[in-house]
Amino acid sequence: MGGTDQSYLFLLVMGVVAVLFCLTPLALARVWALLVSPAKPGDEKNAPYECGIRSVGEARVQFHSGYYLYGLVFLVFDVEALFLLPFAVAYTSLPVGAVVAMLIFLLLLVEGLVWAWRKGVLHWQ
Amino acid sequence: MDEGLRNELSKQGVFTTTLQELYNWGRRSSVWPLNFGLACCAIEMIAASMARFDIARFGAEVFRPSPRQADLMIVAGTVTKKMAPLVVRLFNQMPEPKYVIAMGACAISGGPFKQGYNVLKGIDRYVPVDIHIPGCPPRPEALLHALLKLQEKIAAQPLTGEHRPRHLSPDVPGEFPVPAYGPYDLQPAKNDDVWRPALVVRTDAG
Repeated sequence: MGGTDQSYLFLLVMGVVAVLFCLTPLALARVWALLVSPAKPGDEKNAPYECGIRSVGEARVQFHSGYYLYGLVFLVFDVEALFLLPFAVAYTSLPVGAVVAMLIFLLLLVEGLVWAWRKGVLHWQ
Repeated sequence: MDEGLRNELSKQGVFTTTLQELYNWGRRSSVWPLNFGLACCAIEMIAASMARFDIARFGAEVFRPSPRQADLMIVAGTVTKKMAPLVVRLFNQMPEPKYVIAMGACAISGGPFKQGYNVLKGIDRYVPVDIHIPGCPPRPEALLHALLKLQEKIAAQPLTGEHRPRHLSPDVPGEFPVPAYGPYDLQPAKNDDVWRPALVVRTDAG
């Protein structure tokens, strides 16, 4: 048996030990439960909500597709804030080219804002 | 094992125990309470968990925000009739073995608000209470005392046999009926399996 085969054998042994290490406590807990602790599930006990109130309605709620506009505007401000902070921190040591590139990037985002403004998204209904 | 032999062995430095004692020692040494306060008693409960009184000395500092992970429900405060079904439902959602400490006059009997139209006159009408602490509110030392009493109770619980606790019997149901809001009172007004009013015997004699 060569050296490479041996290393794969170790891997196999380690895998088996890892699986047993996880399964043994679970099996012991199950044996203990069977011996002295009978399981008593019920409607209240299995209820998914944990604050004492019965859950109402469906978990799968659909949002109106018109919300994509809010999503876009959020993205504009979010990405802007994300990039402006490191930009401001490193501002004094930036070369001119980087500042210009950053300004172009900002302009692109502002363009999105102008588009949203003209479309009337910013008016609260 | 004979108690005398056990004493002799322990004098020689040999510690003997039973599976039941070991199990109960583990259970009573890490009673996790539900993070659940209803009124002013909850402030004392919080004080008991902080550095000055330090409930962690008794292994009960892990206040769980979910009933699924809790062993002990400390009913700390006034239980209104609006809140009572929620308390019972939370108790139902706790895994066995579970225990209840009724903390303060309100949780025991309604306390100073007993005459109120919307105050439950004791949480023991719906769930089995293991320890009652009087006081309005009880000091944190009283809560620690209740915890020690609960630990004594857990230590004495047998795992098998006729006198084993409720949750170890397979045929006893694990959930307690949740009361519903009625037009005037909770329906039903009490759980007869858990609580019955004290019997008043009036005689003409004397």
